[in-house]
Amino acid sequence: MIRIRDLTIHLKEFNLLDINLDIGTNEFFILMGPTGAGKTVLLEAIAGLVPVKSGAIHIGEKNVTRLAPEKRGVSIVYQDYSLFPHLTVRENITYGLHFHRIDKSRSDETFDRLVEDLNLGYILNRLPLNLSGGELQRVAMARALMIDPKILLLDEPLSALDPGFREEIRAGLKKLHRGSNVTFLMVTHDFAEALSLSDRAAIMNNGTIVQTGTMEDIFKRPDSTFVADFVGMKNLFSAEFHGTKARTGTLEIELGVKPADGHGYIAIRPEDIVLSREALTSSMRNSFAGNLTEISDCGLYYEAGISVGNITFTSLITKGALFELQLSEGTRAFVSFKSTAIHTF
Amino acid sequence: MAFILLPLIEMMTAPSFTMLRETIKDKDVVRSIWLSVYTAGLAALIAFVFGTPLAYVLARNDFRGKKLVESIIDLPIVIPHPVVGIAILSVAGKNHWIGELIGQLGIRIMGSVAGIVVVLTFVGMPFYINTVKSGFESISPRLEKVSRSLGASMFSTFFRITFPLAWRSMLVGIVMCAARAISEFGAVVIVAYHPMIAPVMIYERFEAYGLKYSQPVAVWLVFICLTLFLVLRILTLHDREKT
Repeated sequence: MIRIRDLTIHLKEFNLLDINLDIGTNEFFILMGPTGAGKTVLLEAIAGLVPVKSGAIHIGEKNVTRLAPEKRGVSIVYQDYSLFPHLTVRENITYGLHFHRIDKSRSDETFDRLVEDLNLGYILNRLPLNLSGGELQRVAMARALMIDPKILLLDEPLSALDPGFREEIRAGLKKLHRGSNVTFLMVTHDFAEALSLSDRAAIMNNGTIVQTGTMEDIFKRPDSTFVADFVGMKNLFSAEFHGTKARTGTLEIELGVKPADGHGYIAIRPEDIVLSREALTSSMRNSFAGNLTEISDCGLYYEAGISVGNITFTSLITKGALFELQLSEGTRAFVSFKSTAIHTF
Repeated sequence: MAFILLPLIEMMTAPSFTMLRETIKDKDVVRSIWLSVYTAGLAALIAFVFGTPLAYVLARNDFRGKKLVESIIDLPIVIPHPVVGIAILSVAGKNHWIGELIGQLGIRIMGSVAGIVVVLTFVGMPFYINTVKSGFESISPRLEKVSRSLGASMFSTFFRITFPLAWRSMLVGIVMCAARAISEFGAVVIVAYHPMIAPVMIYERFEAYGLKYSQPVAVWLVFICLTLFLVLRILTLHDREKT
């Protein structure tokens, strides 16, 4: 549906460099990355709202690189929803109809369905000024879908909403996507959102795409230190590979499989590292004694830092387990992890 | 406050009611005030027509030399008024090719209504452009982007989104420009002593007959200026309530 080749854009504050991306029809694609990575610029480029320096964007079979935004059939929903403040909710939703030849009976049908699906009936005659965040978001969605776009671009549509509310809207988004044949491309900062919604995802950094794949793939098998760090792989160590072993610092870690010899990285998710007072006699191939050097409160759980030799592992531990194990800073503890939990690259 | 109000109140109350009535019956006075009002109005209209696109470009685009363009637009505010008059004459006079060109077109700048309008536009334009520019800046470009993505052309987007959201600032800009224009004296007196606009007439009466005779005309002019500013205040207050 969307095919981007070597897209380069120079703006004052953001640059995109050699972006290559393929998104299938009716896919739910997620874009993630740190602030300033160029995610919004990429969305705007697809919508035709920023000048392209070089490269090409295809939508379907059509090269749209130089096509005016109003001719692309691409709707965009911004983080701030950008409703037209001088128009009522109804006028906002039907705004796009002024410029599209859509059969009246069909557009009425679409309108009724969207109003029903997004529960907007009670605010149709109000101005956006006094609507809540959730209401604004739903109006913006309805306005974007009203014109039957081929592609819907969503720029962090849930980030401005109350956490409790987000779940509901997330479910709503999923339903909207399933019930249509629109291709969704969404920017988010939230991993839970990305995991539950996406078919595939891409991670951006400094104006380039650093990894593309299913969210689970990216989460478990990052292929660069940046992505590993970005997805929360706190245990990231530079290592030398020999056979099925990796040597990092003074430790020798059993990988179970044989990576290419030489230099690389090993990464382990903190939730995959088990803490204990005694050495574990289990199937875990890797178990090291160390010192608990740091415990920090992360709300629902604790993050523990255990130094083994000259490297420090990070592990997640529940409050209950911390209490049960009677761990405190300075105690001796064992870290254990399965070799299958280790990702190498 | 007193510093501003006291002289004004003193002047406003000095002429008697009959004298005010006498003055407004004077055809010359009425003509000059009317001339002031409509040349200022014309200047504001010209500012509206030419200043709006410029203000929009300045509000939406970042380009090399933008700061320079903005400073140039502000120049008429800082230049002493008689100098403005002289500057305009040096371009519009017979010794300059531009002056010659417009002369051949049958337009006279020196001592004409056209000349007055040119001067008033020159001094009023910055006020219009700056007001409208900040008006445009306060409208999120995303609204225009969303409008485009929903199928509206650049033209439709301006008339359906940008203009309805900016017209109030344009109105304020027009009032600001007109208010500035109507109070201009120094530049006008150089370019066109006749036909006589109100400030020039006030000056002339003061010179020829003294304070007492210039006051009533001044009162009428101030009255008009105050009305203009009152409209401005009401508009801006209304604006603030909305946002």
